Amino acid sequence: MSTIIELAGVRKTYRSGSVEFEALRGIDTSVRAGEYVAVIGPSGSGKSTLMNLLGCLDVPTEGCYVLAGDDTSSLDEAALAAIRNRRIGFVFQQFHLLASMTALRNVELPLVYAGVSRAERRDRAAAALAKVGLADRLDHRPGELSGGQQQRVAVARALVTEPALLLADEPTGNLDSRSTHDVLGLFDELHAAGRTIVLITHEPDVAARAERNLVIDDGLITEDRLTTGVGPR
Amino acid sequence: MSWWETVRSGLAAIRSHRLRSSLTVLGIVIGISSVILTVGLGQGAQKEVEDQIDALGSNLLIVSPGSTTDSSGVRGGFGSASTLTFADATAIADPDVVPDAAAVAPTTSSSVSLVNGDTNWTTSLVGTTTAWLDVRSRELSAGRFYTAEEAAQGAPVVVVGADTASELFGRRSPVGQQVTVDGTRLTVIGVLTSSGASSSGTSEDDLGVVPVGTASRLTGSTADTVSTIYVEAASEDALAAAYQEVQALLANRHGVTSADADFSIATQDSLVETANETNRTFTVLLGGVAGISLLVGGIGVMNIMLVSVTERIREIGLRKALGAAPRVIRRQFLVEASLLGLTGGVVGVLVGVLGAQVLPHFIDQTVAISALATTAALATALALGVGFGVYPASRAARLTPIDALRSE
Repeated sequence: MSTIIELAGVRKTYRSGSVEFEALRGIDTSVRAGEYVAVIGPSGSGKSTLMNLLGCLDVPTEGCYVLAGDDTSSLDEAALAAIRNRRIGFVFQQFHLLASMTALRNVELPLVYAGVSRAERRDRAAAALAKVGLADRLDHRPGELSGGQQQRVAVARALVTEPALLLADEPTGNLDSRSTHDVLGLFDELHAAGRTIVLITHEPDVAARAERNLVIDDGLITEDRLTTGVGPR
Repeated sequence: MSWWETVRSGLAAIRSHRLRSSLTVLGIVIGISSVILTVGLGQGAQKEVEDQIDALGSNLLIVSPGSTTDSSGVRGGFGSASTLTFADATAIADPDVVPDAAAVAPTTSSSVSLVNGDTNWTTSLVGTTTAWLDVRSRELSAGRFYTAEEAAQGAPVVVVGADTASELFGRRSPVGQQVTVDGTRLTVIGVLTSSGASSSGTSEDDLGVVPVGTASRLTGSTADTVSTIYVEAASEDALAAAYQEVQALLANRHGVTSADADFSIATQDSLVETANETNRTFTVLLGGVAGISLLVGGIGVMNIMLVSVTERIREIGLRKALGAAPRVIRRQFLVEASLLGLTGGVVGVLVGVLGAQVLPHFIDQTVAISALATTAALATALALGVGFGVYPASRAARLTPIDALRSE
């Protein structure tokens, strides 16, 4: 299988005045297409920094990150925006849906920046919403949807561009247990359908749903293990 | 993301903050409409003055006496002295001395009360020669002007202005009627066509014109002085030459140099120039104040856009995460600011044009709307939106997606 993520000697140093803080101290790992990986670690371990780098929201201070064949280390902000648009689908803890837009318009948004025509956008967004089980909620605004439904809209938005990588940052952090079950079930389905998923979490039982766990602590990967898997495979 | 797409999302953002957007737009509206109105008022006043001076007659030189200086050194204004005489006028009329003068009309002026039965009306009595009618470019709407013979005799006849006629005779025809001045009977032989203009409060349509001899008899004045000599140049091109000739002649006759002349000569151009200069000063002054209010409106747009950037920081972060390049974000905020500016401009022009229609009914002043000023105002409004949108837009574009997403 082809490699989606390739990290080699990745370091990230934050500077605040004269104080330097090394959030990542040399990460080497790779993720193959179709893998379902959970990155776990306590807060301050560097997992959020890793998530930002994987999502091309930030660039490493040192080292090399190849995403689906593209080396991202030397790209400028506009090129990174294009990579995010085409290669990555984001699911955030706070959903980050635009309150003034309907579910359909929210899902269309990445396609707007990809320059897709309006008719095609509509069809693809409706199809993505149907895939997450919200075919009857196209014209609802985020305020009219439950937390679980909102997160499913966000998953639809992440999938609508057919990205190489689905990147979820604490996707269940703001959800009750039923909605958590709901969204994780959706991830299992997507995994079964062959999606590459990287999920960042600090909850062990969420991480246990993935097939592979990367444990990160103090800026280094301390453990890389395959789980037995509790969810349906 | 296409431009049309950007405009649509800008409109949506503006609509979602209706009150705030309309208050922002209001600043621009006030600025634009006041610029249009002040420039319109200035141009209207200028046009009015030009019309009035045109009505004086073209190719006209107006010779007035100079100022007096009394024993204590107090200097009177122009016309306060009595330095011009009928002899001066006769000298100007000599074609050998002033070849570029076509006609000369010396006039005396005094205020008298005309009485018709039990109606009376105080007006200015102009004593002049038969040349007056041509020199002042006036026409008669009824009757005739007095003849050279009547002028020479000082015949008891009077030609009245249109307003004077209606004050004294109402709708009746004045021609052939009698009026008395201090008991002396005058026959009204003609009525002047209305000139439609008034200069500095004295109407050109409220006067009585009589032969010089008649005027001096009525007012009991025996002096040889005149209040104004109107000189008509042979043509517009000859105006400058006629000016020089009249000035040289009068300076010579009065034994003065042009520096201490006891008379002054005004041309139509110099009157227009003086009046326009005054108008221009006011227009620039008012336009400046209006311009400042426009600037304040622009700052309002910037202020609201900065607030909007701060408020929508998470939205900006999300849009960037979903693939919006900095350029696209910058464009979105620029378009939004421009839309605010343009909306303000269009509404401001509408208010300005409407004001130009309504205002003349409340103040006695015409407002001329110029296409140039209107276009310039619209362009300024758009430029204000763009100009004051640049800073907020580049601030939005510079935000890093992580910081923008994390902010609460």
